[in-house]
Amino acid sequence: MAAEKMALAKALNSSLRKALETDPKVLVMGEDVGRLGGVFRITDGLQKDFGEDRVIDTPLAESGIIGTAIGLALRGYRPVTEIQFDGFVFPAYDQIVTQLAKMHARSLGTVKLPVVIRIPYGGGIGAVEHHSESPEALFAHVAGLKIVTPADPADAYWMLQQAIQCDDPVIFFEPKARYWDKGEVDPAGIPGPLHAAKVVRAGGDLTLAAYGPTVKTALAAAAAAAEEDGTSIEVIDLRSVSPIDFDTLQRSVEKTGRLVVAHEAPVFFGSGAEVAARITERCFYHLQAPVLRVGGFHAPYPPARLEEEYLPGLDRVLDCVDRALAY
Amino acid sequence: MTVESTAARGKPRRPAAKRTAGKRQQPEPGPKPEMVQLLTPEGERVEHPDYALETTPEQLRELYRDMVLTRRFDAEATALQRQGELGLWPSLLGQEAAQIGSGRALRETDYVFPTYREHGVAWCRGVDPTKLLGMFRGVNHGGWDPASNNFHLYTIVIGSQALHATGYAMGVVKDGADVAVVAYFGDGASSQGDVAEAFTFAAVYNAPVVFFCQNNQWAISEPTERQTRVPLYQRAQGYGFPGVRVDGNDVLAVLAVTRAAAEHARTGQGPMLVEAFTYRMGAHTTSDDPTRYRRKEELEVWEAKDPLLRLRRLMERENAADDAFFTDLDAESDALARRVREAIRTMPDPDGMAMFEHTYADGHTLVDEERAQYGAYVASFADHHEGD
Repeated sequence: MAAEKMALAKALNSSLRKALETDPKVLVMGEDVGRLGGVFRITDGLQKDFGEDRVIDTPLAESGIIGTAIGLALRGYRPVTEIQFDGFVFPAYDQIVTQLAKMHARSLGTVKLPVVIRIPYGGGIGAVEHHSESPEALFAHVAGLKIVTPADPADAYWMLQQAIQCDDPVIFFEPKARYWDKGEVDPAGIPGPLHAAKVVRAGGDLTLAAYGPTVKTALAAAAAAAEEDGTSIEVIDLRSVSPIDFDTLQRSVEKTGRLVVAHEAPVFFGSGAEVAARITERCFYHLQAPVLRVGGFHAPYPPARLEEEYLPGLDRVLDCVDRALAY
Repeated sequence: MTVESTAARGKPRRPAAKRTAGKRQQPEPGPKPEMVQLLTPEGERVEHPDYALETTPEQLRELYRDMVLTRRFDAEATALQRQGELGLWPSLLGQEAAQIGSGRALRETDYVFPTYREHGVAWCRGVDPTKLLGMFRGVNHGGWDPASNNFHLYTIVIGSQALHATGYAMGVVKDGADVAVVAYFGDGASSQGDVAEAFTFAAVYNAPVVFFCQNNQWAISEPTERQTRVPLYQRAQGYGFPGVRVDGNDVLAVLAVTRAAAEHARTGQGPMLVEAFTYRMGAHTTSDDPTRYRRKEELEVWEAKDPLLRLRRLMERENAADDAFFTDLDAESDALARRVREAIRTMPDPDGMAMFEHTYADGHTLVDEERAQYGAYVASFADHHEGD
């Protein structure tokens, strides 16, 4: 397969197809993932080609999906589960937190649970309640889980491959608002490490860290700042929320002296708070401003007509950048 | 055993011999739910049309030995908790027949998902009893490799393992293997959503699971009336698989019914629910005080149904064992207790850095960083002492 320009959704589909072809133990399971191809069509055509035995339409029960995926993993399978929307993961929260995350430690390393949980997350699609949330911090607090989120099609393809190959449980957050954004994917390429952050735009005045759907916003903000004021912003795509690649952040902040973290999740106890604390500790004498955060508010995700107010859009990110530069 | 036969078993009613604390409830009139029994509390063999069982004197002796040793181990663990050697112990006292009967019905290749009280099943699977104690002493969260004995780690969150068993069984179907998977749980767990979801998944995928419910009448302080309005075995009907209630204090009936359920699973007929009607003679755990919620009279009723006593009566009736057998078994019990005591008293505490191990299979930079920091902190004291 040659390098090809494709949508992020298609990259995920190709990646799942590759995994199903490569490893007979890989299973895809979730609600409507079979005949329908998933509500976002990420699993489109997979059941037709790999059969109902490997691409499994499950009963409508999220705890059941994760709980049985654990059992399948114990039997030697590598289940790739789909939770239909971010806000629907909570019935499975118990299985994820009390069982999936802890079983490797509890078994003193004898039990491995290579389970992937794919979750379309984030807002900006005009959806009803429970369809636009960013619950990554609720999982990052739990030891035993790994959490990643791609921002572009190439990462979507490779990071999903790597998540499936990982012997730990991985929660794979997919930026649903970016499903139809296109980019180059080269399946013959060599991917970088799954949990490494990536400098996606070099700059010298301020570091702007983002991940998932917010990376696009951050790049737009950097472009706007360069054009309007000649401000040079370095944009870092974190890619991984657990673990977080603080080394890459540190290198950047030691250079720029300023850091803004943007994410759609509420800033209170969000991953930006952890980044702020750690980077302050690592780069205290390099910082010329406190680490600032821009993101969702401490309010339930609002009705769709208000979501542009809630989400960290271009203007709010630039406002935060200005505040950091004003110190 | 058909789905229809489940429906025919008695009207929905409360199981006998239970009372809510402080409020006596009269048993409802009507026939008792049908319950498979092959051995009466008086030690008489009775027949059941669906569950025939031939036993040799040697088999009776083996089952008796299993139950005596399990009870002795359990009593020793309770004593060790009282002596401060264990932080907690969940006793299986009274449930020996339910556990030994079901445990001995399984093959080596079958797979068991226990709760935290399946000490008798662990014994049948060949897990060394001393390994069960680590988590209750606080040196680990489960000290055995599940794959060595096809006996999963104890699960403390109520009902979670029913889904793991079902998923495992779904894998068995994919492998085309000849394996029964047993999910143990209790009457309290029957209220958990995970158990209901496990029933659903197992039914729709025709997974080879035996749902083995030990209805010991009490979920800590709550009687079975607080969990269900119908006998638990009847729940299976709504999911489309057979359910059967067995006298859980009758090791022969439990053996016969579990054998049938496991064979039902292995032969591609899907899941089955077995409700072993038994009684938790002891406290929920050593931290519990059952005198606050249940009456002495109830205990006396169940003491008369003791699983060991009734098998011993049968063995005496049938001359299945001589005096030397019982004398030797006493000595073996004492030796087991001694071995358990010694094992617990010499069980090493884990290394201080052990908590960082095994959090992840493939590593995690945060764990590495915290391990290094804490290691340096600990080492700083060593330096200090050397400097003195």
